[in-house]
Amino acid sequence: MATQLLQDKDRIFTNLFGHHDAGLDGAKQRGCWNGTKEILEQGRDWIIDQMKASGLRGRGGAGFPTGLKWSFMPKEVGARPHYLVVNADESEPGTCKDREIMRHDPHLLIEGCLIASFSMQAHACYIYLRGEYVTERLAMEKAVKEAYEAKLIGDDNIHGWPFHVYIHHGAGAYICGEETALLESLEGKKGQPRLKPPFPANAGLYGCPTTVNNVESIAVAGTILRRGADWFASFGRERNVGTKIFSISGHVNNPCNVEEAMSIPMKTLIETHAGGVRGGWDNLKAVIPGGSSVSLLPKDICDDVLMDFDALSAHKSGLGTAAVIVMDKSTDVVKAIARISYFYRHESCGQCTPCREGTGWMWRVLTRMAAGESTIEEIDMLLDVAGQVEGHTICALGDAAAWPVQGLIRHFRSEIEDRINNYRAGKPVFVSQVAAE
Amino acid sequence: MSEDLRKIIIDGEEIEVPTSYTLLQAAEAAGREIPRFCYHERLSVAGNCRMCLVELVGAPKPAASCAMNVRDMRGGPNGEPPAMNTLSPLVKKAREGVMEFLLINHPLDCPICDQGGECDLQDQSLVYGRTGSRFPENKRAVEDKEMGPIIATEMTRCIQCTRCVRFVTEVAGSPEIGMIGRGEDAEITTYLESAVTSELSGNVIDLCPVGALTSKPYAFNARPWELTKTETIDVMDALGSNIRVDARGSAVLRILPRVHEGVNEEWISDKTRYAWEGLGRQRLDKAYVRENGKLRPADWPEALTIAAEKLGGDASKIGMIAGDLCSAEEMKAAKDLADALGVTSVDCRQDGAKVGGGAREDYLFNATIAGIEEADAILIIGANPRTEAAVLNARIRKTWLHNDTKVGLIGEAVDLTYPYEHVGTSAAILAGLKKKRSGFIKTLKDAKRPLILVGSGALTRADGAQVLRAAGELADAVGAVSAEWNGLSILHTAASRVAGLDLGFVPGEGGHDVAGMQSNPLDTVVLMGADELDLAQFGDAFVIYVGSHGDAGAHRADLILPSAAWTEQDGLFANTEGRVQLAYRATFPKGDAKEGWAIFRALSERLGKTLPYNNLTELRHKLFEDVPVLAGIDHAPGASEGYDAKAAGAAGDVEATDFVPAVRNFYFTNPIVRASETLAECSALASGPAQMAAE
Repeated sequence: MATQLLQDKDRIFTNLFGHHDAGLDGAKQRGCWNGTKEILEQGRDWIIDQMKASGLRGRGGAGFPTGLKWSFMPKEVGARPHYLVVNADESEPGTCKDREIMRHDPHLLIEGCLIASFSMQAHACYIYLRGEYVTERLAMEKAVKEAYEAKLIGDDNIHGWPFHVYIHHGAGAYICGEETALLESLEGKKGQPRLKPPFPANAGLYGCPTTVNNVESIAVAGTILRRGADWFASFGRERNVGTKIFSISGHVNNPCNVEEAMSIPMKTLIETHAGGVRGGWDNLKAVIPGGSSVSLLPKDICDDVLMDFDALSAHKSGLGTAAVIVMDKSTDVVKAIARISYFYRHESCGQCTPCREGTGWMWRVLTRMAAGESTIEEIDMLLDVAGQVEGHTICALGDAAAWPVQGLIRHFRSEIEDRINNYRAGKPVFVSQVAAE
Repeated sequence: MSEDLRKIIIDGEEIEVPTSYTLLQAAEAAGREIPRFCYHERLSVAGNCRMCLVELVGAPKPAASCAMNVRDMRGGPNGEPPAMNTLSPLVKKAREGVMEFLLINHPLDCPICDQGGECDLQDQSLVYGRTGSRFPENKRAVEDKEMGPIIATEMTRCIQCTRCVRFVTEVAGSPEIGMIGRGEDAEITTYLESAVTSELSGNVIDLCPVGALTSKPYAFNARPWELTKTETIDVMDALGSNIRVDARGSAVLRILPRVHEGVNEEWISDKTRYAWEGLGRQRLDKAYVRENGKLRPADWPEALTIAAEKLGGDASKIGMIAGDLCSAEEMKAAKDLADALGVTSVDCRQDGAKVGGGAREDYLFNATIAGIEEADAILIIGANPRTEAAVLNARIRKTWLHNDTKVGLIGEAVDLTYPYEHVGTSAAILAGLKKKRSGFIKTLKDAKRPLILVGSGALTRADGAQVLRAAGELADAVGAVSAEWNGLSILHTAASRVAGLDLGFVPGEGGHDVAGMQSNPLDTVVLMGADELDLAQFGDAFVIYVGSHGDAGAHRADLILPSAAWTEQDGLFANTEGRVQLAYRATFPKGDAKEGWAIFRALSERLGKTLPYNNLTELRHKLFEDVPVLAGIDHAPGASEGYDAKAAGAAGDVEATDFVPAVRNFYFTNPIVRASETLAECSALASGPAQMAAE
């Protein structure tokens, strides 16, 4: 294989599997909290410049350059304090990378919070965990306590930047992973996305300048600054650099989380780290490359596609959260997408019209299609409905609900048609193509 | 105040608009119509219906035009002005998409919906709707919610625009409607299925763009196109809210607000809204004479003969009291008749308010209602604006909400829907306030435009004139009175009051006021719709009741002369600001009832003192000649030069007793609303749950 895999010496999350001590001592042994004070002493402009130079793109799904986002905060603190909010509401189906960071490498996250807050002149950071992450909350609370006791953070800490971390436990709503809905929820209100503009950098938490970042984006900051922006930028393709945790699940022999270099070929990623597709690569039907909200890709694209933002969006899909969901030939993709549609129908906040009404409509049509109880014309109608939801909503949940449907019709239209024809002809609508086992 | 202007391109047409405009406002300035459901000028922007999407040139997705400012628009790459399209195929398709989404779960029961004919959804679907449905699934049904005696609900029709939620939260200040659930299951509800406790709750019916919230008392009564619409004025309080009276034949079927920025914006209170119910009940439709303790119907000639006989007696033993709902013309005719007869015991202040006689500013809301929004500190004295003028209270809440205006209260501590500093309850606090250095007096002194609001409760006391003097002196001491700003503001509760005082409907030389008439036995008392006083005090006097409703006055009356209610005659009313407005006839008087002024004109002829006008126009000419100030229609005088607030009221000590609000029961302040069943239900709910037996 030509591709150079990520070597152990270049891994940021060296305790991703929890084989070592997740506590402060263990973290320090792995390099965490090492030279943090020196990093801060370089000044906030240097930090932001380094983050920009590292080419780190947000790991929450949208891929917005993290350094640029930090630079949007007001340069001077006015009457309103600045806040950092860490989005640990990891609810995208298939995604479980932040979970492992918080369980096994919480100090990387806390260190990242300190550095990011310092560079944005925030004295307080809120970490918003999804409601189901109870173990992770306990792990984070333990780590935060350790950090306070070691005076790494707190009012009078060794880094000289008064700083507090607050762990907030959500109630388990997908929509609270949307940054403005998260802020609403954090303020104690109903989790409904806000209208933008104003963006959080101008008016975020309690109307104050706020930056909302994903757990992984923050947790890698310390190591990037320690090892240098050039080091981080040396992985992957241009504009798609760095290392990234991939969550591989579905029909693979060895589902796992793994940190790899960006732009690794999907086939390499699955075959090297996840033990290959169940029944062999030829048994692959489709892959959802970035969490349930992105469009699925059929096998012929998966054969040579690279796992990065630009390569996947060229195929009208996306890297998203890099949650690779593998489906082999036994999969009923129509039913699978119908199930994803049900998820979005259930998680729509109901605030704006296209999402509130459209998600339910798409789910109902897809459920009928999965059973073949539909018409050929309805396929185009469904595509039209998905197009009316996409881009017309307040937040991105409308897009997230529409993309899987559009992807299904783009790549598996013939399968839906067969199904409808079979149903009309009185034949079984779906026969699982299980490889000879 | 000049604003930054920005050049933008709308559908290829260049236009310059203020940067603070939303795209929707900018498009309207360019003459484009943007469909909308959730957007409302007087509520916060929700941006949730997505009907107002427009295409931003160069942007990846369309934007909600109600939620985006011109300031935030991005120009072209080479410095071109930002451009948006409101008529492009993309916009058309987006709107059609949203409309389709709104309709898939809407019951389309327009034929049985009360909103039919005036429904935003119906109107807009005509333009943006598809011709057929592509939605074969079952529609969603939503259980109806209990929202009290005023609001009828049909929640399946709801499109979740949240206008009602925003109204009760922001304007009414009683956040009792909200959205629960999420996604498709989102529902608008009052949470505990209880009535909305706001006095302004009926406005959500007007705000609802569909038929989800409709008027319960009006249910299935009429279609909008069957109704004759008359734009007139409300008389339920002293604000003179602008209303539209919708009638079919002789029956008034509903009352809706009209927009008047200076008075009621576009809100009306529930009392105003349901006064029409009282117009059809308890009506005096013929003359009655009391014989052997019982009233018997009589005809006009007989009634007028009896009245003329009584009024021809000793003028010093005759009294006339104008009620709260009298028009200026009726009072003018009555006053002219009294003058002709030499009757000096006339009074338009049945509640005994100690106002009138001095400068006109002494009894006006000089800050003007719109001026409340300019005030930066407000002291409320002896008033509960929530019950005395609910719409005005919403204006105070608005200025508190948007300008962070400080509010203080001397009087009974009640829920005004906004926080205030409770300075005290006793009148003695007021008298001592101006000598203090700290506390609310400091807030008033620091304020650029302090407002001293004096309520009827403070003026109806025995020492009302002294209280007014104290308030005037306070206003002067805190710099509330200048040529540009007059913060001394009297809040009346009676629609007739200011016009009555303007035309001098107060005791003349040797005459008695209401209290005097009650303590000095009279032979004859004329009550012009005056019911809010202790009628037993008139002893054996012969009571002539000129009015429209069988209420306390008619019960005591020895002779009843039926007159038209305010919707049945043209009339002039001056509101608490001194703003004169015209009320118009919406229906004809009931039965034998005559217009108020005409009754006095007829009486004058019987008495041989014929008044010098034969019709309303001639009466108005005389009125304007005698009282020129009433000719300035729709003008609120506001501040004027040379006014001395220290001279308001009368000198003397203020008693150290607590202020008592003028209105205890918001829903029962006059004979018309007392005849309304809906308002009776509201009143019962407001006064707490009914007592249950054996609990």
